[in-house]
Amino acid sequence: MKAAILLFPGINRERDMVLAVRQSFGHAPQIVWHKETALPAGTDLVILPGGFSFGDYLRCGAMAAHSPIMPAVKAHVERGGYVLGVCNGFQILTEAGLLPGALLRNASLRFLSMDTMLKVERADTVFTSKWQTGAIFRAPMAHGDGNYNADEATLDRLEGENLVAFRYADENRNGSARGIAGIFSPNLRVLGLMPHPENLVDPLMGGTDGKPLFDSLAAA
Amino acid sequence: MSTEINFALAKSFGLNEAEWTKVNEIMGRAPSLTELGIFSVMWSEHCSYKSSRVWLKELPTKAPWVIHGPGENAGVIDIGDGLAAIFKMESHNHPSFIEPYQGAATGVGGILRDVFTMGARPIANLNALRFGDPSLPVTKRVVDGVVRGIGGYGNCVGVPTVGGEVNFHPSYNGNPLVNAMTVGIARKDKIFLSAAAGIGNPVIYVGSKTGRDGIHGATMASTEFDASSEEKRPTVQVGDPFTEKLLIEACLELMQTDAIVAIQDMGAAGLTSSSVEMAGKGGVGIELNLDNVPQREPNMSAYEMMLSESQERMLLILKPERRDMARAIIEKWDLDYAEIGTITATGRIVVKHNGVTEADIPLDPLAEAAPLYRRPWVETPKPAPLGPVDLTTPLDQALLKLIASPDLCSRRWIYDQYDSTVGGQTVKRPAQADAAIVRLEDSPRALAITTDVTPRYCVADPVEGGKQAVAETWRNITATGAKPLAITDNMNFGNPEKPEIMGQFATCIQGMKAACEALDYPVVSGNVSLYNETEGRPILPTPAIGGVGVLDNAAQAVGYAAAPGLELVLIGETQGHLGRSLYLREILGREDGPPPPVDLAAERRNGDFVRAQILAGTIQACHDVADGGLAVALAEIALASNAGIALTPEADAAFWFGEDQARYIAALAPSALAGFLAATQSAGIPAQHIGRTVMENKLTLPNGIAISLPQLRDAHEGFFPAWFA
Repeated sequence: MKAAILLFPGINRERDMVLAVRQSFGHAPQIVWHKETALPAGTDLVILPGGFSFGDYLRCGAMAAHSPIMPAVKAHVERGGYVLGVCNGFQILTEAGLLPGALLRNASLRFLSMDTMLKVERADTVFTSKWQTGAIFRAPMAHGDGNYNADEATLDRLEGENLVAFRYADENRNGSARGIAGIFSPNLRVLGLMPHPENLVDPLMGGTDGKPLFDSLAAA
Repeated sequence: MSTEINFALAKSFGLNEAEWTKVNEIMGRAPSLTELGIFSVMWSEHCSYKSSRVWLKELPTKAPWVIHGPGENAGVIDIGDGLAAIFKMESHNHPSFIEPYQGAATGVGGILRDVFTMGARPIANLNALRFGDPSLPVTKRVVDGVVRGIGGYGNCVGVPTVGGEVNFHPSYNGNPLVNAMTVGIARKDKIFLSAAAGIGNPVIYVGSKTGRDGIHGATMASTEFDASSEEKRPTVQVGDPFTEKLLIEACLELMQTDAIVAIQDMGAAGLTSSSVEMAGKGGVGIELNLDNVPQREPNMSAYEMMLSESQERMLLILKPERRDMARAIIEKWDLDYAEIGTITATGRIVVKHNGVTEADIPLDPLAEAAPLYRRPWVETPKPAPLGPVDLTTPLDQALLKLIASPDLCSRRWIYDQYDSTVGGQTVKRPAQADAAIVRLEDSPRALAITTDVTPRYCVADPVEGGKQAVAETWRNITATGAKPLAITDNMNFGNPEKPEIMGQFATCIQGMKAACEALDYPVVSGNVSLYNETEGRPILPTPAIGGVGVLDNAAQAVGYAAAPGLELVLIGETQGHLGRSLYLREILGREDGPPPPVDLAAERRNGDFVRAQILAGTIQACHDVADGGLAVALAEIALASNAGIALTPEADAAFWFGEDQARYIAALAPSALAGFLAATQSAGIPAQHIGRTVMENKLTLPNGIAISLPQLRDAHEGFFPAWFA
């Protein structure tokens, strides 16, 4: 699995993502500046990490969704390539129309930084194969706008087509509709989620709960 | 410009009559408005340290591991493996009362720039906060704004906020303290300094455009507050953390090349202090052409541009042959790049605007003639001995009240708004250990970082309080297993023109000096904030200390969460000192007696022993005993461990709540207990086996008194959520 990490100005969790990917993949991913117009040849997986692209000014992810690299990402998706968007990356994917819905301000109107518990809704995907369906794992979250929302029909469709990837299993702190923490595209090749599995891949940092995500991708 | 330049104007800029006379002498004529502005900010308390310099010089600043002590943008220490830790703490007190969100946010931004300007990638932020009486609505507004501001800025730039401290006291009612600390890491052979060099080299402006915000901010920070302070809101700067993030990445990328001769951020007094200090340190001159300064607003005057404190700006001296490459890197990050001047051999700062020379000042006299005051001071009278103390409050009631009090309750509501994990290197997050532990990238090493001071001790006895502040940070770091290396100090005091305040300052320094010397723990950077008074009432003397230590192996760090079934040993001597304790204040409504004395030899001996036992793997969890005494420390261990504790000593409240110094609670395996106690005995370390962690979900004091863990947790966690519900 050859991974490329997109770097938009204001992204700040790309180093965390490099650590997690390098550990599971055995090699470092390539960093791609947002002004590039093509992905490195042979890219299997595009990762949009967390942060505050363009300062989250206008709307979270709205400006990054129009960066020069994004047409190449869309083409990659159309070719059936894999995409992982975490936190701001998830917000960018919804703004780019690659995943449905939107991330609103947290219901508390405060930034939330703490560990949350996530439930794995399905383990038959390239992102989740190292978990069991129904498994519960811990992941740090750190966001001001993680309140997932979509119209009822979209939410019904996501649930009906089994496209919910993760749900909050302990407390739905940000107010997300139906407790949704992450979703798949219909072909199960694009995943967006708010919490940060990449920050829990080392016992020294408090656990390895997030490692199965990267191990799953490495095994794909 | 029709403004008349006279003493009245100079006075409104914060200069006194003698200083005004000196300005005229140096210039040999009346200064222009811009020149007067430059003199007034460079000679402000904030920039010149005119009241504090004579005392600060007494602090120890050297050790074999110190690379750069005070005088640079931040302190630099050698942490091994060719790496250096670069750190400093700085106040943003006055702006944070006027406009809490922006005041705190730009405080974080400013201290970040002090660190990355030296070539370091920032890896941790901390903050030491003091607020007024929590029963006042204004305090709630300030707390909310400051916490949002720190989070809003730190979270966006992607530097984890990993620790800090919060106190409440009515002396901070109109004058909260916001002290922000940043720690960064650089290669020891790639440290960037600010001394300009190379006649003819270009002076480059990088970052945000210059606006009219923050004009004379440094002067505002050098005066007392009064009822008109709210009108000073326009002098508070507005932060843009996104631009700061771009500046960090652009500067660090540029620092990978050989383009930079010197670099400094535009902090307090903006373009004035950066250009004057860079040229002054380099012994050269500088000529600025303000026509080229990127401007946010039309028709800005030279005076306004030189005095603006617009944020997120840097000043660079480049090698001329590298400017195209430098420009490409800066512009890649969508930042303004402008050549605004050149380095000259004149020894003067010359400022031109629209073809007019607006300022032409000789740099040496500007620096050398800067006022230096040895202000009169008086010693703080020694507090009367503590009279009889009523110890009849049941222990469980006292403990529940103490851990629920604003100064001791859980800070979860605060740190849950700060991103503490970004970077992927946070080994110990807030409330997990006595110091935050952050691992270094691609290295097994970690830094242990903490901030501390106990102002209620400092006001009673500044010498002991100064010692205690330094010693407690040393103890915090030691309790994780790390070796404490150096400190940064953020000296927050009242009006230095009052002898009793100057006395607090001078004698706190004496205490700090004694502790730094005894613990081999020098001061490498710092900041002074004076005139922290409102309507003539001073804050408690608050010399906030930021300490940094190193662990060769991050995996050896311990926190204070202990598994069930471990033995608890109290290290250090317990006399039951209740003077100035939180027990006295919160349970009995008294703030009297002397603070606990600090025996620096005992600190050193006990701490070195504890650290060695942690690194040997004998101590599995460790917590220092501080505010609230032994019982509070034990409650914190129980809550962090989610385990019960059964205690054995039959003792009174003075034993459980006294705040004697140099103490730790160590948790160890039952099999290690006998050997450990024997080791303490042969090392001459006071030690007492006081109980064990248990599966049972409660904290059991002797005499059958028990508090369930949920009851303890509810009490501890209640205050902030209820306040902001």
